[in-house]
Amino acid sequence: MSTINPTTPKLQQTEPAPVTRAPSVARGRRFRRTPATWLRSGGLSKLIFLLPLLLIFGAFSWYPIVRMVLMSVQQMHPTTPATWAGFANFTAVFHDPLFPIAVRNTGEFAGLALIFGYPIPLIAAVLISEVRKRRGMFTALAYLPVVIPPVVAVLLWKFFYDGSQYGVFNTILHWLGIGPQPWIQSQSQAMPSLVLESTWANAGSTVIIYLAALTSVNSELYEAASVDGAGLWKKVWHVTLPQMRTVLLVTMILQIIGTAQVFVEPYLFTQGGPANATLTVMLLIYNYAFGNSLGGDFGEAAALSLLLVAFLAVFSLVYLRATRSWSSE
Amino acid sequence: MSALQFRRRRQREPQEYQQGLVLHTDWKRPSVRWTFGTAQAVLLVILVIVGLGPILWLAKSAITPTQDTLIQPMSLFPHGTAWSNLSDAFSEVDIGLYLKNTIVIAFGSWVAQMTVATTGAYALSVLKPRWGSVITGALLTTLFVPSIVLLVPLYIEIVHPPIIGGSYENSFWAIWLPESASAFNVILLKRFFDNLPREIFEAARIDGCGPVRLFTTIVLPMSKPILGVVSIFAVLASWKDFLWPLLVLSNPNKQPLSVRLPTIEGQTELGVFLAAMLVACVVPIVGFLIFQRSVLGGTGLSGALKG
Repeated sequence: MSTINPTTPKLQQTEPAPVTRAPSVARGRRFRRTPATWLRSGGLSKLIFLLPLLLIFGAFSWYPIVRMVLMSVQQMHPTTPATWAGFANFTAVFHDPLFPIAVRNTGEFAGLALIFGYPIPLIAAVLISEVRKRRGMFTALAYLPVVIPPVVAVLLWKFFYDGSQYGVFNTILHWLGIGPQPWIQSQSQAMPSLVLESTWANAGSTVIIYLAALTSVNSELYEAASVDGAGLWKKVWHVTLPQMRTVLLVTMILQIIGTAQVFVEPYLFTQGGPANATLTVMLLIYNYAFGNSLGGDFGEAAALSLLLVAFLAVFSLVYLRATRSWSSE
Repeated sequence: MSALQFRRRRQREPQEYQQGLVLHTDWKRPSVRWTFGTAQAVLLVILVIVGLGPILWLAKSAITPTQDTLIQPMSLFPHGTAWSNLSDAFSEVDIGLYLKNTIVIAFGSWVAQMTVATTGAYALSVLKPRWGSVITGALLTTLFVPSIVLLVPLYIEIVHPPIIGGSYENSFWAIWLPESASAFNVILLKRFFDNLPREIFEAARIDGCGPVRLFTTIVLPMSKPILGVVSIFAVLASWKDFLWPLLVLSNPNKQPLSVRLPTIEGQTELGVFLAAMLVACVVPIVGFLIFQRSVLGGTGLSGALKG
């Protein structure tokens, strides 16, 4: 994580054309080493094995990163050639009345996802790790939702969230004596509904990560704590959680970074509605670039993308700085 | 897992339990055993309802008449079954074509990802070119750039490629190639290759083994476990992908299930639609059950890498 800063300048140095640079490097060496020695030392095979990686990452990873930065200061539409726009794209984004709404909604999604989705996998993992028989079955059940394609999961839950009295969840609520809820059709319940589905779909992989981390907790510490008369909760609080703190900190930041980019749920559940209650930043980027109503403004989309990445990078750095003393003792 | 349990049962040594909040000695106390047993039974019930419930509901509703699913979604076959939903999904909605597209896309992504990741990781880890550390640094940097943010520049690149010209919209290459730029795969494989014993490479080189033979006859066979893990995740990720295929495959005859399902949602009878969704789930679920250990081990591995 902390390598974000130091590696960025390196990236830009190698960026412009990694593909064409590779042979020129070989040519440059001619003054020190002849092509014959280069060949004999296996230079050609090194180049051939590296070529797919350099071509693919150059074309589909490094080049688009630079292109995105360039596009954010260009006036760009699908039909017209790109022209210099300065900070016009950023100003346009900041003046868009939907921008603060999208930021607030994304924050709400990330916050709710943290409240719902952060403690549940941890509790589940601690309980599963104590299972003596058939632990594999517990783990598989917890992971199963992760392998369901997100589109299927969302469309299925969309049906579950049917607001009528015949909806699946409303039928279950009826058994419990609770009246029908509007779920994704109401402004106030739409976002929590999306978070609930997202937690269901993603919690499994975090459970597995925690289970792997739990196996590395030193069991002697538990024994020592027992000898000192610590009960179950004291052992969890004073041994398990401190031993897992690095993993816990990393999963938290990864979850925040992931939920800040939420797209499939608002796109398929509600298209950002009702009344923009679930319009997220990613959905706004999509609407800028590909939404028909706003027209394809790639410059604005790139500007907002860049803002999102910059925010996440700064947030991660601040987070790592703030928790450094806690994570490595 | 079962092998581990077998060993534990056979030896019955207290220290056999590697980890344990509840010590082996405590576990013998009836009160502890009862409390934890109950907690675990509750956990199992919750996991079955939450993890398996929606899928079982989907399987049930896929073979239930539409009217029954609409009016009594939680009843079990109130008016019999409708297996015709499944056959209708293939004949009316042409789900077979989209299933085939999904498989072709997943297979191509797998080939492309494995080619790039294995050759690249081999070059960086074993052949060690002069600029290797710079390239590794550039790869690591891309891990921190959220991939979703590259959508717009990548889309323009596919529609108007800079040097080669033409347009690759509606071509499977538009999915295969960008997906193979996965720094995660390369780094994971490179770390595995780094840990292979160098003595074997040296011995092979002395015996006259060239870089290509070293790659195909020594490094790849020694890395089967990690290659399996990376393969499973490559196929699963491709199967789950939605936004990128939605952007570059506008031709319905080329679209995978994930892109097609939201489109046909409004035009299809509910029962048939649910059957189509079930079809989209079957392959990943069956694959997961078969390769369970690799998948779960690999997720733990990815956590270790992220940490």
